[in-house]
Amino acid sequence: MLKRTPFDQGDKQNSMITAHEVDKRFGKICALDGVSFEVERGTVVGLLGPNGAGKSTLIRILTTLLKPDSGYVRVAGLDAVSDGKRLRSIIGLAGQSAAVDELLTGRENLELIGLWYHMPKKEYRRRAQETLERLSLVGEADRQVKTYSGGMRRRLDLGASFIADSPVLFLDEPTTGLDPRTRNELWQLVEERVAAGATVLLTTQYMEEAEHLADKIVVIDKGKVIVEGTSGELKAKTGGAILEARVVHAADISRASLLMASLGRGEPRSDIDQRKVSIPAREGAELLLEAGRMFQEAGISLEDIGIRRPTLDEAFLVLTSGTQPLDIAKPSNQEATR
Amino acid sequence: MTDVKIPNLDARVPHLELYLALRDAAGVAKRNLLRTVRTPELLLYSIQPVMMLVIFRYILGGAINSADVPGGSYVDFVVPSIFLTSGLVGAMTSAIGMAQDLKSGIVDRLRSLPMARSAVVTGRSLTDLIRSVIGLGVMIAAGVAVGFRFHSDLGHIILGIILVLALGYSFCWINAAIGMAVKDPSSAISASTGPTFLLMFASNAIVPTNTLPGWLQPIARNQPLSVTASAIRALFQGEPATHYVWLSIAWSAGISVCFFLVSYSLYTRTVKK
Ligand SMILES: Nc1ncnc2c1ncn2[C@@H]1O[C@H](COP(=O)(O)OP(=O)(O)O)[C@@H](O)[C@H]1O
Ligand SMILES: [Mg+2]
Repeated sequence: MLKRTPFDQGDKQNSMITAHEVDKRFGKICALDGVSFEVERGTVVGLLGPNGAGKSTLIRILTTLLKPDSGYVRVAGLDAVSDGKRLRSIIGLAGQSAAVDELLTGRENLELIGLWYHMPKKEYRRRAQETLERLSLVGEADRQVKTYSGGMRRRLDLGASFIADSPVLFLDEPTTGLDPRTRNELWQLVEERVAAGATVLLTTQYMEEAEHLADKIVVIDKGKVIVEGTSGELKAKTGGAILEARVVHAADISRASLLMASLGRGEPRSDIDQRKVSIPAREGAELLLEAGRMFQEAGISLEDIGIRRPTLDEAFLVLTSGTQPLDIAKPSNQEATR
Repeated sequence: MTDVKIPNLDARVPHLELYLALRDAAGVAKRNLLRTVRTPELLLYSIQPVMMLVIFRYILGGAINSADVPGGSYVDFVVPSIFLTSGLVGAMTSAIGMAQDLKSGIVDRLRSLPMARSAVVTGRSLTDLIRSVIGLGVMIAAGVAVGFRFHSDLGHIILGIILVLALGYSFCWINAAIGMAVKDPSSAISASTGPTFLLMFASNAIVPTNTLPGWLQPIARNQPLSVTASAIRALFQGEPATHYVWLSIAWSAGISVCFFLVSYSLYTRTVKK
């Protein structure tokens, strides 16, 4: 019978997608290095990471397109290597490059995918029609996809992954390169599937997208999971606070930046246009006072100085920068987040 | 959707599996045919052999002494070979189509679907078979128009046509494998041109083999294209053909089986990595 993978008891009861210690190398490149995470039933997890982080490789392993070198992945308890065929019957995939056929019409594309999900003809025709309605592509249904705009293609591609009402969806950078309006439309489509009970793993390079759609964010870089949690938890983990100063004279920016480096952790970021310098730092009034004193001694006039919560983008930058400026484990003023 | 229904594939009867695999392949073939009729460039490949027919019949045909030609009529000698080469040239679209699919993200999606893994490959060859039946029909009509005549009974003619289609079909498998190996549509064209044209010119298809260099003659006489050309010439002219018919069948079957296995393993290779 089925070869049992070790650590069976390790899967949480409710885990719909499980990756356990997944390694994958391409020659010398180590694309995934011991990646583990879980996606609970009915939730959305955002796999967040820069280009080359290993997101697509992970999605390809989860959808049985690639075999892991070691470790295992499961979807709904089905092992991707030993139970690939059953696994494929319950998933939908929208890969990174749009997988719709340019020379076919939107309807033909959807109907064929329905056929390949082994639906009877009547059913795939009905579902194709329903999906086109949902995608607002009814008017374009019988035109070749090559006449579609980029956004329409992406919608169709996404719709194709939904057509079988698959309970588990994998979406690889579904909105990369799209304008904000189209992105919002796609978000809505994903939200509809989630409302219908689907479990979704999506990858993205955009913090905003992960924050908007995902219940949990897994940050991955250079093939490793760096941190995971809700967006609030991630913000807290980056050090909790950002010290930000706005100087009066733009000419003072570089000096201000040097000065700030001694006050916070990691690299200060400066924005010449806004005359702003910011750096992750600890919280507390003393820091603010100390900063004020140091600026005064250096003779840099300030328009404003303060401590604020980091944006998720800042958290992301800190988390994925190769340097390890933040001692996340250090019991500072932030409560344990997990 | 709260509870995931996982199909019990073990409970499926084998003939249902086979039915689904064929249905998947038919879907792939339908898609490929739709793509073919919507790609004018690919249709060019079907018209090219008609040009060849005209060139060989009226331009080169004059230069070749009919006395050198077995049977004595260059039209009846060359036209069946052109039927054959048109099949082989048409089979090059297999390489292009396969490479196009691999280059786009489409194969990734297909591999993520519960469809039979063999469907992409068998569907591709089904497409090619349908395309070659149509192509051959056009070629026969064109051949008759330039003066080619059958001189045998219907049974032999049909057997000859089947041999032509079978060889073309076996070449589809070679080209599908080439397309998968190179993964790029334009390299696929050049890579598949090689074997096809080599076989075409080092054969008895266009000129009788006794006009070729001595060392090449035994190879040229026994390679798949030549034996099939000899077989169909004999079949169409009502001459004894048994020896060549069997050789041709052996070649087509051998090539098909070998290159189906190569194609199938290339197709699933990435998954096995
Ligand atoms: N088929 C492949 N062959 C060789 N290297 C690959 C292959 N696929 C991905 N890689 C490499 O693995 C790393 C991770 O790639 P990928 O998973 O595509 O990242 P992401 O999707 O996060 O941008 C990259 O360095 C990439 O170049
Ligand atoms: Mg990617």
